[in-house]
Amino acid sequence: MSDMYGKGILKGLSVSLKRFIETYLDDLSWWGKRYHTDAGIAHRGSKDARGIFTVQYPEEKIPTPEEFRFVPFLVYDEGPNGEKALRCTSCGICTKVCPPQCIWIVRATDPATGRPIPDPAKFHIDADICMNCGLCAEFCPFDAIKMDHDYELASFHRNVFDETRLSKPASYYASIRPANAAREDAARAAKAASRMVQSE
Amino acid sequence: MESNELNSPETNIPPELQGQVAITSLDRLYNWGRSASVWPLMFGLACCAIEMICAAASRFDIARFGMEIMRPSPRQSDLMIISGTVTKKMIPIIVRLYNQMPEPKYVLAMGACASGGGPFKEGYNVVSGVDKFIPVDVYVPGCPPTPQALLNGLMKIQEKIRSEPIKTARWYQKGPDMAEIPVPILGPDLIDPRNITLFPNGERN
Amino acid sequence: MVIPAPAQFADLTARFPEVLKPDTRPGYAGWILDQAALLEFASALRDEFGYDYLSSVTAVDYLAENKMEVVYHVYKTTGGSGVVFKIQVPRSDPIEVPSLVSIYPGAELQEREAWDLFGIKFTGHPDLRRIFMWEGFAGHPMRKDWHEPYFEEEAKPLKSRWPDGKIVMAESKNLYGDNISYPEGFSPGNQTFDPEKALYEALRNYQKDEIGLDTDHIIVNMGPQHPSTHGVFRVAVVLDGEKIVNLKPVMGYLHRNHEKIGERNTFIMNMPYTDRLDYLSSMSNNFGYALAVEKLMNVKPTERAEYIRVMMAEMTRIANHLMAIGALLNDLGAYFTPMLYALEERELLLDIFEAVAGSRMMCNYFRFGGVARDLPEGTLQMIKGLFFERLPRKIDEIDRFLSENEIIRSRGIGQGVLSAEDAIKYSAAGPLLRASGIPYDVRRAEPYSIYDRFEFDVVVRTNGDIYDRLMVRFDEIRQSIRIVQQAVKQLPDGPVMALKPMYQVRVPPGEAYGRVEGPKGELGFYVISNGKPTPWRYHVRAPSFINLTAFGPICIGQKIADVVAVLGSIDIVLGEVDR
Repeated sequence: MSDMYGKGILKGLSVSLKRFIETYLDDLSWWGKRYHTDAGIAHRGSKDARGIFTVQYPEEKIPTPEEFRFVPFLVYDEGPNGEKALRCTSCGICTKVCPPQCIWIVRATDPATGRPIPDPAKFHIDADICMNCGLCAEFCPFDAIKMDHDYELASFHRNVFDETRLSKPASYYASIRPANAAREDAARAAKAASRMVQSE
Repeated sequence: MESNELNSPETNIPPELQGQVAITSLDRLYNWGRSASVWPLMFGLACCAIEMICAAASRFDIARFGMEIMRPSPRQSDLMIISGTVTKKMIPIIVRLYNQMPEPKYVLAMGACASGGGPFKEGYNVVSGVDKFIPVDVYVPGCPPTPQALLNGLMKIQEKIRSEPIKTARWYQKGPDMAEIPVPILGPDLIDPRNITLFPNGERN
Repeated sequence: MVIPAPAQFADLTARFPEVLKPDTRPGYAGWILDQAALLEFASALRDEFGYDYLSSVTAVDYLAENKMEVVYHVYKTTGGSGVVFKIQVPRSDPIEVPSLVSIYPGAELQEREAWDLFGIKFTGHPDLRRIFMWEGFAGHPMRKDWHEPYFEEEAKPLKSRWPDGKIVMAESKNLYGDNISYPEGFSPGNQTFDPEKALYEALRNYQKDEIGLDTDHIIVNMGPQHPSTHGVFRVAVVLDGEKIVNLKPVMGYLHRNHEKIGERNTFIMNMPYTDRLDYLSSMSNNFGYALAVEKLMNVKPTERAEYIRVMMAEMTRIANHLMAIGALLNDLGAYFTPMLYALEERELLLDIFEAVAGSRMMCNYFRFGGVARDLPEGTLQMIKGLFFERLPRKIDEIDRFLSENEIIRSRGIGQGVLSAEDAIKYSAAGPLLRASGIPYDVRRAEPYSIYDRFEFDVVVRTNGDIYDRLMVRFDEIRQSIRIVQQAVKQLPDGPVMALKPMYQVRVPPGEAYGRVEGPKGELGFYVISNGKPTPWRYHVRAPSFINLTAFGPICIGQKIADVVAVLGSIDIVLGEVDR
């Protein structure tokens, strides 16, 4: 026991009091810019944060870091006339590496010959089985399946996503993961260039 | 809630009175009150429960939605957040808790496991989605959903509450209360009393 | 680690020349013991050779050879590598093996697990009941010939997913529309037994106090839905007034079949599943599993990856201990305020995990031979800022906030005592063991990864009470900060992967036991490969689970109100207890 009964409690309460005062000091030092500004949100999530810590979702959102992963999506490249070309070749590597086996792919066939063509006819992800592990995106050789940043998926029904729901443009991908997209684009361009050289 | 949200859109307020007078319907006022004081059951199952605790903690603070009063007793709560994998050993207890909650009651399936079995779906002790036994109002995908995704789901619950007029909501009508859901039994495997008829040679009279 | 050379065991083989044979299967190590000599061997091992700490007991089903094997891993609390010995029994019915509880009481829950999942009867076990599944469940699910209702194939990837993966929900393929199947001829009408009966029978089996008043003892059930059981944990206690005379932990409410699913997954697929074991410290779980598989593959991670791994594992320890401190204070009645302080710092750590690994809790960051990706730009700055400026100050603040509080001191000091001998006896690990005065930390006892390069102290307190367990966590946070600071300073440049990233790794046949000092204690992964893409056996030595062996003995004699405090001070996570 400490020398004076209640001293420990008072000491603890002083920590709380300090926190209370710090909130107002921090508010003052930001001149009202502590809330609803990007700098303010970043400050509250930084090592210098003091006082109140709350991010007022939905008005404010914590910025998602580049590597953040939620349910995957399929990347498509936009053609000059707005046509959508899914990067997916239905090679099936994502289905083979998916730990809970939540990806179903039907391979498309050429209507004329009946042979399989590198395109998915159907692509389903059961978002209520998906464990957001990111292995599909990590091992996809065509940069076709990527992990999304959109976490606001709450709905009134069970979520099984099909290829239309899953497709998102490459520009969206570049906007959520700029560094990764730039690196992958460069790698793909280099590969294409080397293939050109070889074929010549 | 902003005053313009509370205002009934069908009523035109003269321009000189705007900002001073709010006209609303009883429904809106009542449901506004209800949606801003949803008390969840303090009930964590698995990984998602930790994100639920984080959502209740200082950074996300569900007190801003009037939901910080997590009741450990089902008798006092409105919302059941199924935060994690529902196992066969646990489902009788979950059903019993649900039966004990007073109406109107809501269920939020948080995360993949509660919604559809999730990554553990194939496991021998896992129920593939709590909706096999109790009705679910909102499904929140994610494994686990971040606290913000959970808040998004809770806002969906509020949205649902706001769309329930007093006149037609079932629990304000005359008649019996909602029938209790039969509690599953633990036998050689989980037995759902509602499925007794499915047994090839089931003779339960 | 398995024993390298039989040299140090010359005496052991000399002592048991007839019954002890080296395990000569390729990739395997250790000894195969004749089961008749098990008890004699184990007591000699403990008393004469000093192997006083039973780390893991598990079973392996060798279906093709028609035998079951029980595997024991035993260590010395003074450090060093351990002994692995195995008992082989034919796969007849019933399968019987002598119980080791009389020599190593830490085997109690683990043997119950092996009985529940493999159907191995441990003769002489004081309380052999099912532990995860309920009494009356049909079959022993971890046996290789037992298939669950949603069973599709022996190994993933499932063929139904590609190339014509018409989406079919597993439940729509099952007659009952749910994950259930029944033994032939079963009908619900003849369901008469009570799955709870065995528990209550076991509860009533205790030493009655002969002196004193003849009062009725009452049974109280706490949980599985209870605010302070840290999840879906149930405690059944027998009370004499307010005093606890018997206590049984009841678990399995979150038994998610990690091991069964893990034996169907390919090696890499198990990595994200390990995140969900102890979901508060996913990086350590990754670490343990990666170590075990790397041992099998004989791969060494790159230097930079090793440093990143250590940094992440230590950050996980801090995040976990913060949560544990907050939760313990919740249980002691300081509802939520200390938790808010602790979670604030934890959030900042989670931000780092989110930036590095992509998820706040389920990091899935380790790969065999390294880590999934290098630290993204700016994260090293975040780590530096947090670990050099903020955390040391904040931990002191939380310490000041809590540890002199009179209520905490009076509820913690001298309460829930676990003596040093008992801690070893019950195979307690982590802060629970170290608070009882045993300086046993796998990072020092048998250094893995690059822990031998860092300066840190093994935290020890001597009273073994609730307060000391709380203080051990504070001190461990400080040591972890020290390690991260050193790692940040020494972090070399270079690649983070030693291998080419492959979605299916080749793992040579053999066995490996990878163990790390997780935040909750010694976390071990026992993996057996038979050269196929999926492990033949994947067992987790879960510290929270085994620490619960000591839970009953600590509580007996205490008051009912202390149960939650003791449980909070043990710091369990149900994902790991039940797996």
